[in-house]
Order: sequence, then C-alpha cells, then structure tokens
Amino acid sequence: MTEVVLSLRGVTKRFGGLVAVNGMDFDVAEHQVMGLIGPNGSGKSTTLNLISGAFPVSAGRISLRGTPITHLPAQDIARRGISRTFQLVRLLPSMTVQDNVMAGAVFGHRRRWGHEAEGIAQTMLEKVGLGGRGHLRVGQLTYIDTKRVELARALAGEPRVLLLDEWLAGLNPTELETGINLIRALRDEGRTIILVEHVMDAIRSLCDTCVVMAAGSKIAEGTPDQVLSDPAVIRAYLGDDDA
Amino acid sequence: MSLTATDWRNLSLSALALLAAACLPWVVGNYHLTIGVTIAMYAVLATSWALFSGPTHYISLATAAFFGVGAYVTGIGLQHLPYWVLLPLAGLIGAVMAALVGLATLRLSGVYFVIFTLGLAEFVRQIITWGQNVSGTKGLYVLTSITERDIYWQLLGLAALVWALGWLIGRSRLGFALRIIGDDETVAKHSGINTARAKILLFMVPGAVAAITGAVLAPRYVYIEPALAFTPMLSFQVVIMALLGGTGRLWGPLVGVIPFTFLWEAISISFPNQTTLLLGVAFLLIVYFLPRGFVGLIEDARRRMGSEGAR
Ligand SMILES: Nc1ncnc2c1ncn2[C@@H]1O[C@H](COP(=O)(O)OP(=O)(O)OP(=O)(O)O)[C@@H](O)[C@H]1O
Ligand SMILES: [Mg+2]
Repeated sequence: MTEVVLSLRGVTKRFGGLVAVNGMDFDVAEHQVMGLIGPNGSGKSTTLNLISGAFPVSAGRISLRGTPITHLPAQDIARRGISRTFQLVRLLPSMTVQDNVMAGAVFGHRRRWGHEAEGIAQTMLEKVGLGGRGHLRVGQLTYIDTKRVELARALAGEPRVLLLDEWLAGLNPTELETGINLIRALRDEGRTIILVEHVMDAIRSLCDTCVVMAAGSKIAEGTPDQVLSDPAVIRAYLGDDDA
Repeated sequence: MSLTATDWRNLSLSALALLAAACLPWVVGNYHLTIGVTIAMYAVLATSWALFSGPTHYISLATAAFFGVGAYVTGIGLQHLPYWVLLPLAGLIGAVMAALVGLATLRLSGVYFVIFTLGLAEFVRQIITWGQNVSGTKGLYVLTSITERDIYWQLLGLAALVWALGWLIGRSRLGFALRIIGDDETVAKHSGINTARAKILLFMVPGAVAAITGAVLAPRYVYIEPALAFTPMLSFQVVIMALLGGTGRLWGPLVGVIPFTFLWEAISISFPNQTTLLLGVAFLLIVYFLPRGFVGLIEDARRRMGSEGAR
C-alpha cells in the first residue's frame, strides 16, 4: 500500500453564483501520476489553484501527508512542497533562465542558497533539456523552452507534489513527443504529479490514474482506459467541441 | 560569501570616491559646500528610495513624511536627549512608521500605495499642526553648534551606510525575493516567498534612512515648521532624481542626483515661481524619454561597444 501524499475532501469553490469546483474528493498516492481531465471550463485549473493556495477554498479540506493545508497562503504551501506551473506560462521577464530557476531553488521546499542553489538550478536545467542555456534572457526563448524553464523552476523547489497545468498545450507534434518523454522521465524518477491535460495520447501513456471533471464535479475516476471508455465521460466530452 | 576581483575593485573605487568627497569642505567655499550638502542629502534619499521602489516598482511618495518626522525628532528631542541618540531614534521611529504603512498598504495594489504614501506626509503634517495649535506653539527653534561641515560629513557617512546596506541586500535572499516580486508577484508567492513580509522589511529601509536624514538636517534649518519639514516637493524630487539616474543599479540614483541638483539650482534662481511646473515637466520627460534612466543609457552604450568588440 503506497502512502497518500495529497488528499482533497469535499473541496468546493464558488465565484459568486458560479460553482467552479463542486465537492471534489480524491487522493494522490506517492510516486503516482494522476491525470485531471475534463472539458474546457470544467474546473481543472481552479482545482490546481485551490491546492496551491492561489485563492481560498469555499468549503472542504486539503491535506498534504495528513497535515491540513486548506487555509495556508500560497507561499507556505510552496514551502511545504507543492510546486506548480501555470496554464499560461509565467516567467520572470527581467531575469536570466538560470535566475528564473534559482527562484524555485532558493525559496521552494528545500530553500537552498549560494552554490547549492546554483547546483540545483543547473541540474534541473539539464533535466528539462536546457543545459548550457542558463545565461539567456527569457525573452530570447522559443515557446517550448519557456515551458521548460517554468518546469525547471517548479522542479528546483524539490517538491513532494508537482502540479502541471496543460504543460503540453500548444506544442507542435515533434515538441509534443519531446514533452511527453520529458514528463515520462519525471514519472520514472518516482515523482508525484497531478497532470491537467487535454492531449489524450499523453493521458494514456503517462497517467496511472485519472479523475474526470465536468461542470465542477468529479464524474469518473480510475485508470485511463477505464475512464476514457466510461459513457458518462464520453457524453461530457461530446457535449463539448474540444473532444 | 566570497568577493570577486570586480567586487574588490568596485569597493576600493567607492571608498576612494567617498574619501575624495569628504575633502570637499577644505577645498570649496560656503556656497559650493551648501550644494554639496544638497547633493549628499538627495543621494542618501534617492538611493534608499530606489532600494525598495527599484525592484518592486511601488512608487513611494512618503519620503517627506519620514523626513519631517526625523526633523521633529531632532527639534523636540534636543531639549531632552543628547544629539547622537536622536539619529538612531529617528531611524527607529521611521522604520516603525514604514512597517505600519507597509502593513496597511503593501497588500494592496501599487496605485493605492502611491496615493496612501502621498497622503501620509499630509496626514502627519496636519497632526503636528494640530498639536502645535493645542499647545499654542508655532514653529520650533533648533539651535545647536552643528555646522554645515558637520552635516555634510554626517550625510556622507549615512550615504556610505546606505550603499553598503544596498550592496548587502542585493546579494541576499531578500534582494533576490524583491526582484522576483517586481517581475511577477504571483510567481513569487507560488515559489514560496512571503511577499508581504519581504516588501515590508525592505520598505523600512527608506523609512529609517529618510527619518535619519531629516534628523541630521534639522539643525541646518534653525527654525522648523510643518509646512517646511513635510513639503511634498521633497518626495517628488527624490522620485525624479532616482528615476533620472536609474534604479537598476546601486549607483544609478547618484548619477541622477548630481546633474539634477545643479539644474535645479539654476532653475530656482531663474524661474523661482515656476518650479513646481518645471518639476512636473521634468518628470514627464524622464518617464517618456529615459524610462531606465542614465543607467539604461550607459548600459546600452556598453553593450553596443561590447558587441562591436566581439565581432
Ligand atoms: N478567478 C475566477 N473568477 C471567476 N470565475 C472563474 C475564475 N477562475 C475560473 N473561473 C470560472 O470557473 C470555471 C472553471 O474554470 P477553470 O479555469 O478551472 O476551467 P478548466 O477546467 O481549467 O478549463 P480549461 O480546460 O479551459 O483550462 C469557468 O467557468 C471559469 O470561467
Ligand atoms: Mg485550465
């Protein structure tokens, strides 16, 4: 029996009258990649935002290794070991690639400093395929490379859980293959990941389990094959032109 | 923390420059010493202002509030305490004030911050005016044996402190955190930075420094009253000088302070009634044509020369 790292119970978020996330329950076990999927606007990003403390939950509980983190501010959640990327890439525009990644190493879960932080940043840059390009300004990067920097920054915090919000979106077919291989390498290292994704190939080949959302609620849970053949899931996707 | 050869070179150059500046009172007459005091004062204020506002892009107009409080610490305190106690006391009061302002405003957006800081000087001025009305006093005489030279040297010492502090902050976790916050506060938070604490801590630096500066300068005025000690012109001039020089480097504000002080002398003599208007025009020109200040110009020129050399 593997240990549960992250668990959500009845997590709900209301924006005025809109219930963006409605009573979400799920557990993420250690070394597991969990896919969080669903049509556009179903509440996937909002769920990640609630876990990472971007805004307060309206109801429910979130815990990390049994410790409640529900009402902690974002910086404390990051320090406890939850790192994330953003659906729309967010880099630090005035800094070099190296310093962008250092931000994660210096202030993340392990809070390194000096040569130690530089070492971590270096390692993570190599891991995402940007070795030797730390001196570049982020404005000089291609789109996939900006995504790599953001991933390296999240990894540099040495997190217990990694939240990836459509990290593969917007990549061309060749880049997509590179990207999937990169995330597979992370999975093979035994990382715990929540993967919000629309790319079905990626979901099938990367995820151990999947949670499917529609209109804020969980409508299915299981292995990728199970959920993708579930009639309720097919209906949810067919009602959406993104399927 | 180890120092590179470049660090040592910069450190020795700065020490030499400070030493040379310290000799000024023996070399020049009274008029130029007065300008020297003005330059030293604005160098201290603008450099400490840029330590916070440079990386965070929060434009603080609170300089006059801290400065005025510092001047009053000297004015009121002289009757009760030795002068040398007053300077750190002013710094402490300035830092506490800044922390309170920070707690109240820094969670809000930048626009609130600008307006709040501008209002702060006015607010403190009104309180002191009210206090004077209640007690029936008007202004305050600051009579000491402190000379213009003493003030000048004190300001140079303070400048050295501010630069040393700025240099240390620039190499610290706090300095790195502030740069990240300035780039993207959301990323900063999600990377694990306590953004509110970092901003408040760093805002205490210009608060303390401006209050000490006010305390140092009080004897120069001999007679202080609220309208003089809390003049909003001071806050605006500090912002303009820092932006003119550029906030991206520690030496940036100084590069703005020196030419601006001379220009301002000339303007005040030739157009004594249009100073406010001209200050506004200067602000617009700088923001429009020199967004990164002289520092930006110098670095662009360097880069151009560098890339030609590489070819
Ligand atoms: N800050 C917010 N304020 C108000 N409504 C919001 C906010 N964030 C999200 N929503 C709404 O919540 C719902 C869920 O949005 P969310 O971004 O979580 O969807 P998603 O599943 O990530 O969609 P996509 O696949 O398009 O990224 C949407 O209707 C959205 O408009
Ligand atoms: Mg989304």
